[in-house]
Amino acid sequence: MVELILFWVFALLAVGGAFGVVVHPNPAKSALLLVLTFFALAGEYVLLMAHFIAIVHVAVYAGAIMVLFLFVIMLLNVPEETRTSRLWGIMRYAGFSLAIILFAEIGYFGFKGFQTAYVQETDLGTVERIGQALFSKYVLPFEIASILLLVAMLGALYLSKRKLEIVGDGKAAPAGKKAEEVLVEE
Amino acid sequence: MSLELLTILINALKVVVVISLVLVTVMILTLMERKISGWIQNRYGPNRVGWGGILQPVADGVKFFTKEDVIPGHVDRFLYFMAPAIALVPALMTFAIVPFGDQMNFFLFGHEITLQFQLVDLNVGILYFVSIASLGVYGLIVGGFGSNNKYSMLGGLRSSAQMISYEIPMGLAIIAVVMLSGSLRLNDVVMEQAGLWNVVRQPLGFIIFVVAAFAETNRLPFDLPEAEQELVGGYHTEYSSMKFSSFMIAEYSNLITSSALITTLYFGGWQVPGLELLSLPIWLEQVLQILAFLVKTAFFIFLYMWVRWTFPRFRYDQLMNLGWKSMLPLALLNIVLTGAWIAYF
Repeated sequence: MVELILFWVFALLAVGGAFGVVVHPNPAKSALLLVLTFFALAGEYVLLMAHFIAIVHVAVYAGAIMVLFLFVIMLLNVPEETRTSRLWGIMRYAGFSLAIILFAEIGYFGFKGFQTAYVQETDLGTVERIGQALFSKYVLPFEIASILLLVAMLGALYLSKRKLEIVGDGKAAPAGKKAEEVLVEE
Repeated sequence: MSLELLTILINALKVVVVISLVLVTVMILTLMERKISGWIQNRYGPNRVGWGGILQPVADGVKFFTKEDVIPGHVDRFLYFMAPAIALVPALMTFAIVPFGDQMNFFLFGHEITLQFQLVDLNVGILYFVSIASLGVYGLIVGGFGSNNKYSMLGGLRSSAQMISYEIPMGLAIIAVVMLSGSLRLNDVVMEQAGLWNVVRQPLGFIIFVVAAFAETNRLPFDLPEAEQELVGGYHTEYSSMKFSSFMIAEYSNLITSSALITTLYFGGWQVPGLELLSLPIWLEQVLQILAFLVKTAFFIFLYMWVRWTFPRFRYDQLMNLGWKSMLPLALLNIVLTGAWIAYF
């Protein structure tokens, strides 16, 4: 009973928050509503006995990524959005009807899945079980994901250091010199 | 009385007792901070209210409650009202996982009851602290943004960048501790330190964790979000009366929790080395263990205040350089060294 009440509270918060993210004109408040949505989703994970996922979800999305989002929004001082497109009149109806169809589809398949499958083990979400799965059965995808993150990190570094010019053979030019000058010297 | 009802009642009582104790400690800390500042600067500190100034926190509390609550006209009202609450709630939530004593068995109304001196013994343990503590920064960001004032905005900006930078070394320092204990449960971490405290096995990790904890709690030398010489008051410039006080309570609760966590992770928690050799009665042993936990925590709170009057504030670029270029590589090195230690022994 308590679980059911909590489920509905978190579900309404998540859906309401997600709706607010889309419709709110102020970007900073949209970001804060997204934090609320993440928090409500974490609550749902706890109800599914997936404590580890819930905590990591809060730590990574709400605690780190959204803080950076807000940092950027505040740094750039993004103004409130205004409607500029004249297509809004038509797109409103098309968008809403498409969204309703999508929700109906997801809801139908989710309901079908709900009837056949249910969580049998209650310790599925503990740290030990997730660790065992990650480091035995899923060790290759886990390592590939880490390499993917490394590549993304290097890309971000390269983009932020645009001033660092690259000479022909892949070496960085010394500070204060243009790549062409180095090439001429060589 | 059924066992279930009894368990619920005991847990509810524990929550009330622990949260009240944290709040009372916050009151004491406001006086302690001013007294220690006075002692370090060779002056008296508050000594007018009560005996030697002992009732100063009560006077401050009454003042905060009765002062006019000024709401500037240019603020975003909803965010402005939410910010102190957003700062306060995570600050009070994090203490829930700190174990402050061994468990105790006794009989009540014919049931055997195991009383744990910890609010919740979570499977994810220390990760709960990391994630909830990282939510505390929203209070500062929302306060800075909602105040609609450039000083507040700068304070909020600084705090968001600072938190992100120092959460990572802190998390990596915690990973090394977890590698040694093999469990995220704080009770297991404490139990595992029965032979040797982690501060001996993890000196580097200890230093990294303490520095990161100073930055996470916004204390000097890392109090850039509220640097009063440059930013007036930073994120709380526009706040008055109880709203301002909520920010202060949140800061002091964070200070208590992080001191308790330094004790738990690196100084053996409630363990007293050699206590079992004395063969004391069990209740006395438990009381001594809880007292040991309190003394260790109080020492780290004192350390926070001591450092405040010892080191000057960092400049912002120095703060970022320290976080990313020194502490992050050192924390990674610490993990490698810990792995080598585990493989060798």
